[in-house]
Amino acid sequence: MFYREAGQFKTTYRADQAVFPIRQDQIFIVVWLAVGFFLVPLISSEYLLRAILIPFLILALAALGLNLLVGYCGQLSLGTGGFMAVGAYAAYNLCVRIPQLNPLIAFLLAGGVATLVGIGFGIPSLRIKGYYLAVATLAAQFFLDWVFSRVAWFTNNTPSGSISAPPVTLFRFTFDTPVRKYLLCLAFLVLFAAIAKNLVRGRIGRAWMATRDMDVAAEIIGIRPMYAKLSAFAISSFVIGVAGGLWAFVHLGSWEPLAFDVNRSFSILFMVIIGGLGSILGSILGAAFITVLPLMLNQLPEWLGVPISTAMISNLETMTFGSLIVFFLIVEPLGLARLWRIAKEKMRLWPFPY
Amino acid sequence: MGFFIEVLLGGLMAGVLYSLVALGFVLIFKASGVFNFAQGAMVLFAALTLVRLMELLKSTFSPFLLALVLTVGVMIALAWLIERLVLRPLVNQPGISLFMATLGISYVLDGFGQAVWGSDVYMLDVGIPKRPIVLFESLVPGGVLVPSEDLVAAAIAGVLVAGLGLFFQKTRIGRALRAVADDHQAAQSVGIPLNYIWVIVWTVAGLVALVAGIVWGSKLGVQFSLGLVALKALPVLILGGFESILGAVVGGLIIGAGEKLSEVYLGPLVGGGIENWFAYVVALLFLLIRPEGLFGERHIDRV
Amino acid sequence: MTSQRRIGDVLLQLDGISLSFGGVRALDNVSFDVRSHEIRAVIGPNGAGKSSLLNVINGVYHPTQGTVTYKGTTRPQMRPHEAARQGIARTFQNIALFKGMTVLDNIMTGRTLKMQAGFLFQCVYFGKARGEELEHREKVEHIIDFLQIEHIRKTPVGRLAYGLQKRVELARALAAEPELLLLDEPMAGMNVEEKEDMCRFILDVNDEYGTTIVLIEHDMSVVMDLSDRVVVLDYGRKIGDGKPDEVRADQAVIDAYLGVQH
Repeated sequence: MFYREAGQFKTTYRADQAVFPIRQDQIFIVVWLAVGFFLVPLISSEYLLRAILIPFLILALAALGLNLLVGYCGQLSLGTGGFMAVGAYAAYNLCVRIPQLNPLIAFLLAGGVATLVGIGFGIPSLRIKGYYLAVATLAAQFFLDWVFSRVAWFTNNTPSGSISAPPVTLFRFTFDTPVRKYLLCLAFLVLFAAIAKNLVRGRIGRAWMATRDMDVAAEIIGIRPMYAKLSAFAISSFVIGVAGGLWAFVHLGSWEPLAFDVNRSFSILFMVIIGGLGSILGSILGAAFITVLPLMLNQLPEWLGVPISTAMISNLETMTFGSLIVFFLIVEPLGLARLWRIAKEKMRLWPFPY
Repeated sequence: MGFFIEVLLGGLMAGVLYSLVALGFVLIFKASGVFNFAQGAMVLFAALTLVRLMELLKSTFSPFLLALVLTVGVMIALAWLIERLVLRPLVNQPGISLFMATLGISYVLDGFGQAVWGSDVYMLDVGIPKRPIVLFESLVPGGVLVPSEDLVAAAIAGVLVAGLGLFFQKTRIGRALRAVADDHQAAQSVGIPLNYIWVIVWTVAGLVALVAGIVWGSKLGVQFSLGLVALKALPVLILGGFESILGAVVGGLIIGAGEKLSEVYLGPLVGGGIENWFAYVVALLFLLIRPEGLFGERHIDRV
Repeated sequence: MTSQRRIGDVLLQLDGISLSFGGVRALDNVSFDVRSHEIRAVIGPNGAGKSSLLNVINGVYHPTQGTVTYKGTTRPQMRPHEAARQGIARTFQNIALFKGMTVLDNIMTGRTLKMQAGFLFQCVYFGKARGEELEHREKVEHIIDFLQIEHIRKTPVGRLAYGLQKRVELARALAAEPELLLLDEPMAGMNVEEKEDMCRFILDVNDEYGTTIVLIEHDMSVVMDLSDRVVVLDYGRKIGDGKPDEVRADQAVIDAYLGVQH
């Protein structure tokens, strides 16, 4: 009842092609953006911003990048952590060696570096199907782990292997308070989400989805599956690289290679699966879910009134992630995003059951 | 020269262990077309269960045997659970979904195993002789030192491989398993009971995992890193082919030997740690040259 | 019904095409030609190699021997996307639609080759990319009207009935504005009404757009009504080639269908 489309007829194709064709959706998105940019920073505590919202935004960006590859193009990548590391280390090296370079530009350049690395590891396996890309990206992950911990040049010869990033500035403006950092990350997320949405509803997105669904048929139409996969890989790596730069500079401040290990890769993959493969909104929902879940589990001892050791909590976390993955794959392979759409459908019909 | 042979043998022995794990993968892939990411977790889980049960039962007359029987039972139950809760609902989904489901299973197994049995390192002693034997005295002065438990491991692996190979080729169930791997729906339509077959396959894979866990655990101790072996088995499969038992063995040996040799001879040049990625880069090269592996079959898509 | 068509010169020529898979001979020294604007049927018992023939024309299979001459250029093999670029489109026996997308999106992918807007324009969308999308949308809507599938344009393809899926696949093939259209059993699994509709669509496509059509079909009455000329295959070999009436009366063809040893 609240969500009626009745009376909203599209008279031009242009109106029909809009991202948010339904009036309610248009209002919705404006409200969300307003809340995000204005309300949240005002009412959130520093802890909330620093420990929850900022990591959530950056991981959502990484999940968005990964979803383009896995969800839209159907190629499985287990190397997300490694590519984030590439972004982080590339940005670090650029900033340290070219002091005049603005970190924001460095992030974008670092994304480019991640793209090149991604293409380098991806090309051999794009000619073949199935799990092979997964193996190749896992290879990238382990190789990059090793490179960043052993090759001293990347850490600027810091003996401890742990490096600190310079502060992020834009002209005279320094992003040092949690609120500013939060807004910066939110801006990045919104910008990339918009670009991703545009790509996905046009020629390139369709080529990706065609390759995912049936690459033989795609080739017959004239789409070249290899180029589609390569472009998905390239763009995905770029976004993930930028996210890596943000993660290192804005969230962590100082880090070691371990921050980008294979567990990080799996965690982002889980965000994509749970949030919804092939959905931009899904990436964001998945990131929110996975960020919030450990916090809720940490509160479990309090709620149950039973003392649970931290080791046990961490085990529970692992088990819960695993079970949720299986659960979502069985029950709702399109993830939280689909559940959200179903909820909207129900709102259209409410109070009628169907 | 003697040193080279020692390193080589050491690598081959490690390769045997990889092969055992890869064998489990191949079984499941051959029989259900599913890439079981949880195989390594199964190895760890089986070994953990065995070790802890042995401890719990240490006052009985034969802790090892009793624990072994119970662990086998646990693995059967596990196979049944996985079939029921995960495989059956996902029966017609694309391979990638099943793969990700096994990823989920591996996490659950890891978490559960550690929650129930704890996460310390446990020493596993099942009576495999540990004294080193001296071999090749005629070739090399002083001979080459080979740990006898490695020889036992190789022997066990050999028996397993031969047995499984025969099983797949000669028996009725083996044929049914191959049919299922080829096409689930077609197999069902000729009356092959999918669910039953899958429980069997996953049980056998679970038992193979148990054997791998025993062998490996007795050599290195049962600890969490055992689970990471799963990741190493992926390159083994790329080398050997996803569906070939022989490939799993040969691939494992090549990777094991290659790793050790490159670590020892090339490692000092680049600061060590080559072992972490050697297997993967080799797999990557294979993907370029021969993606179906040494013994795999080329895929022909019928349109 | 077939006499009014202006049939032109040879558009496609197959010479001595042989195709083997391992030990299986799918096609054995098949030669025939297809003229512009005609409707050519390929018939034969199951397993005769008809789909393989289309796959060879399309570039999905590469013949072990023989050449394909299309629009004057002879080549031993072609990649499918090159075939698409040359103006060849096709449908499949077991529907090859993109199950994860809507009808509209499926048909829009058919127009991929016509879309030029570069990557950066795609990122921004407003401007050149959007203009192009709208232009192609109009063309696609024209086809949707033509095939009477307006009511399902936003439905995900996986949810449609078989007959409708076949129509969507035809729409997608048409979206590329092909010169040569290969149809692999377009009417399989349809009832009489649906078959009549499909026949009408095929004839309309040939009339209105002048598309040359090669079609595999089992229903004899359809073949007789629609086609200008017929090729008959059996066990990968050509056993008949000519006008429908000639072929129907040919003893070898009758034997093949009745399963007489020859």
